[in-house]
Amino acid sequence: MKLDPQMREAVLAAVPSLRAFAISLSGNVDRADDLVQETLLRALVNIDSFEPGTNLSAWLFTILRNLFRSEYRKRRREVEDGDGTYAESLKSQPEQEARVEFREFRAALAKLPADQREALILVGASGFSYEEAAGICGCAVGTIKSRVNRARTRLAELMSIESLDDFGPDRATRAVLSGGEHS
Amino acid sequence: MKNSKTAASRSQDPSEEPDGKANPGLGGEIRGKIGRQLRDMYDDVVAQGVPDRFVELLNRLEKQNEK
Repeated sequence: MKLDPQMREAVLAAVPSLRAFAISLSGNVDRADDLVQETLLRALVNIDSFEPGTNLSAWLFTILRNLFRSEYRKRRREVEDGDGTYAESLKSQPEQEARVEFREFRAALAKLPADQREALILVGASGFSYEEAAGICGCAVGTIKSRVNRARTRLAELMSIESLDDFGPDRATRAVLSGGEHS
Repeated sequence: MKNSKTAASRSQDPSEEPDGKANPGLGGEIRGKIGRQLRDMYDDVVAQGVPDRFVELLNRLEKQNEK
């Protein structure tokens, strides 16, 4: 079927944000663009199941998220270390992928469990409400809130270690301090 | 490269607070930084707009469907 011009415009308008979501999820531009392409294909095939008047962007995000998760599960079965593969893909093409200034942040993001990562991105960057994010991820609002919370806490831990390292050759001092706290 | 010793070399989670509590001052500042970096990273991609391949894809799909 042919999209009406308004729908076509709305679908295209969602593409930049879909790409940003896909890149944040996968850490890889090529894979992300393939995901977006597959999302658009599915969206057009299933356009009749979209309810006019509801949030088109959330609908498209849901398709992309589900595609990513099924691919993720498949890869996990194939390669055993889902997260390790993701981290590896970051290392192999950092310049083209992700601007260097975001590299440390991406590395920290890559360490989060997938469900926390997607929740944090949807709420913290895509601008969805907790309710919308819950709809996209197919879970309860409370679950999204707790995932976002845990993601922020975990990232804060990871990033505070990064910034402590910036203070220089003080690892020995820190070792002593943390040793002291433990005793 | 100085920053290449990133997270990967420290995977076994040395970040657990001994007493289970985060330092609230440090945590607040870092949480703000996390929020900004997340949005900056995201917006950096959004600002790239719609790559041609997706416009062409829609054109192609619509043409196919006309038949």
